[in-house]
Amino acid sequence: MSVTDTYTPVPDTGGPAQPLISVRGLQKHFPIKGGILGRMQGKVQAVDGVSFEVKKGETLGIVGESGCGKSTTAKLLIGLIEKDKGEIIFDGHALGERLSLKDLRRGVQMVFQDSYATLNPRLTILDSVAFGARVQGLDDPDDLARKMMDRVGLDPNRFAHRYPHELSGGQRQRVNIARALAMSPRLVVLDEAVSALDKSVEAQVLNLLSDLREEFGLTYVFISHDLNVVRYISDRILVMYLGEVVEVAPVDSIWSEQAHPYTRSLFSAMPAMDPDERTEEPPLAGDPPNPINPPSGCRFHTRCRFASAVCKERAPNLAGLTRRGDHLVACHLYDAGSGHPKAGQGVPK
Amino acid sequence: MTKLVDIQNLNVCFKGKRTVHALNDVSLAMEQGETLALLGESGSGKSVTLKTLLGLLPPKRTQIDGKIAVNGIDVMSLRGKALQRYRGGEVSMVFQEPALALDPVYTVGHQIAEAVMRHKGVNKAEAMSTALDMLDRVRIPSANRRLHTYPHELSGGMRQRVMIALALACRPRLLLADEPTTALDATVQIQILLLLRELQKEFGMGVIFVTHDIGVAVEISERIAVMYAGQIIEEGTTREIIRDARHPYTRGLLAANLHDVARGERLNAIPGAPPALEVRPESCPFAPRCPVAMAECRAALPPVFHPSDRRRVACLRAAEPIAAE
Ligand SMILES: Nc1ncnc2c1ncn2[C@@H]1O[C@H](COP(=O)(O)OP(=O)(O)OP(=O)(O)O)[C@@H](O)[C@H]1O
Ligand SMILES: Nc1ncnc2c1ncn2[C@@H]1O[C@H](COP(=O)(O)OP(=O)(O)O)[C@@H](O)[C@H]1O
Ligand code: SF4
Ligand code: SF4
Ligand SMILES: [Mg+2]
Ligand SMILES: [Mg+2]
Repeated sequence: MSVTDTYTPVPDTGGPAQPLISVRGLQKHFPIKGGILGRMQGKVQAVDGVSFEVKKGETLGIVGESGCGKSTTAKLLIGLIEKDKGEIIFDGHALGERLSLKDLRRGVQMVFQDSYATLNPRLTILDSVAFGARVQGLDDPDDLARKMMDRVGLDPNRFAHRYPHELSGGQRQRVNIARALAMSPRLVVLDEAVSALDKSVEAQVLNLLSDLREEFGLTYVFISHDLNVVRYISDRILVMYLGEVVEVAPVDSIWSEQAHPYTRSLFSAMPAMDPDERTEEPPLAGDPPNPINPPSGCRFHTRCRFASAVCKERAPNLAGLTRRGDHLVACHLYDAGSGHPKAGQGVPK
Repeated sequence: MTKLVDIQNLNVCFKGKRTVHALNDVSLAMEQGETLALLGESGSGKSVTLKTLLGLLPPKRTQIDGKIAVNGIDVMSLRGKALQRYRGGEVSMVFQEPALALDPVYTVGHQIAEAVMRHKGVNKAEAMSTALDMLDRVRIPSANRRLHTYPHELSGGMRQRVMIALALACRPRLLLADEPTTALDATVQIQILLLLRELQKEFGMGVIFVTHDIGVAVEISERIAVMYAGQIIEEGTTREIIRDARHPYTRGLLAANLHDVARGERLNAIPGAPPALEVRPESCPFAPRCPVAMAECRAALPPVFHPSDRRRVACLRAAEPIAAE
């Protein structure tokens, strides 16, 4: 039996046109407690009104600076933390209605950045990979685990009985991928899954992820702060800023035109690869603001060169560009009726 | 003029439960005011090189031989007061984690002023005014007020600026920077890189900038030295390394950057992983992963090829024309 035959995902219910996962108005605020009485002092608005969908077989890349809510979004998607508000719909079934948390976890698996922290140091590699399958009562979890290890490039004869500390970072990340796949998920959420790896090893793992996507018909949500990596692996890119989605677009579209002023700054902050074209001006000044008391209106207004009065008052909606309906942006400059003095013209050059 | 840095045949070996041959026959020269990026992957010996330059390695378990001169000073002979004067005066260092350099219990102004008094022998008031001037130069807004804040009250980017101010307050001839921007956000990283570039010009100091990110090396340095398995395997100007890398490992690193790889195209990944360095490499350490290795590569250390002045490549096949890919 080949490794593909052991792959038994939950069946497709809605057909190819139905998104595999869609979230609407997702919100997660973390209370901040402090002082001797542990009273609530405020809330971190980690994820605030996030909506997007991921089509079957598609890879959605999520980018943004640290603390903008990428990991929180990921954890909400796999049901690791509870949402405050909003809907999570997996293949047509809403979580909490026709879909239980257990069903969701059967369909969605996650791979984290810190491969060391997520593996139990006392379990052998084989036991780690077989763990989920065993809990679910699948047939012969050890055999399945060996096949998956082999598939991700870890010879089971050499690695099955080793412990996590006896592996390199790249090897541990392969273990995490094997462990996720042993559960036959349809969606895999990869949170900075290659970020801790050396460049040469990162390329190996990216090749592996592309092969597995093809072989098992997987859908990925791929989170990374490295724009080059996200461009390489994704079909569409979603940009977050302070807990909100500011832009979502097909890779080629956003690569040729960053519509949101923040996206534009983020892209220009990438170091040059050409010694004759080094960066001369930093695209933004200062650090990202604190998500505990995010700015009013458009959260980017405190750093935006194009901010006007309306930006401080009202938050812009995420809407399609006139020329490209599948390129969405949340900025008053693109909304002719917003009241921004330059509205309707897009971002000035 | 005296060379700013002159390292000759440096070997560093850690003896403990496990032996690690961290640096193997490293030689490196820098002129005054030059900026050099030490580029390499985890464990390649970048940080050990910087620590040796600062005389920071624990003498007990460390075996060091070779010669290190900074501005003509024989670093390995320095002890006690002379070593303290050298650190922070002649050479200073900034780290990835500002917590390593900043003391949480003193205000940032106090810490900078202390360093200035120690090295320049000026009075408190003068030292404080130098501290204020430094905070201004690293573009900390309302520097006057920030003088009296504690490190934890600052954002990550601001703490990094303070650490740079502290490192530069005594006008060192050489700044050692160990991945000071790796933990920062992209939009903050570029601000700090440009700031360092400006201060380097203004102060005319030399900089060794450790990084594993080629893009960062391009932004900051005029020269690049690539490390692998405790050796410098290629060195040249930044242009030479980016446009005409000769060592198969450097070429692999450039490809893995994904900068101009078409979406979805199969990556030309370097297979395997770097060696563990429990034994000293006696042949080309890259041979097990090298796509063009030959039998001779596994027999002895490759000769160093010098295509031009100050350009070197430690590869047996470096002189051959590179096949079109
Ligand atoms: N104090 C020490 N005792 C024993 N081994 C050490 C010590 N410091 C470094 N090493 C070893 O020396 C080698 C080179 O380490 P070094 O810290 O220079 O790597 P690096 O290039 O800076 O890597 P990174 O990118 O991960 O910071 C590694 O194998 C490391 O484990
Ligand atoms: N369990 C938690 N308790 C309190 N705050 C949290 C928790 N998890 C995340 N946060 C905060 O929520 C914000 C978003 O975090 P996160 O989703 O981890 O960001 P990212 O992954 O984009 O770096 C940050 O300000 C973070 O400090
Ligand atoms: S809405 Fe206003 S502040 Fe926000 S990005 Fe657009 S122009 Fe800038
Ligand atoms: S010496 Fe041989 S093995 Fe080493 S890099 Fe050159 S060709 Fe490859
Ligand atoms: Mg995160
Ligand atoms: Mg290091």
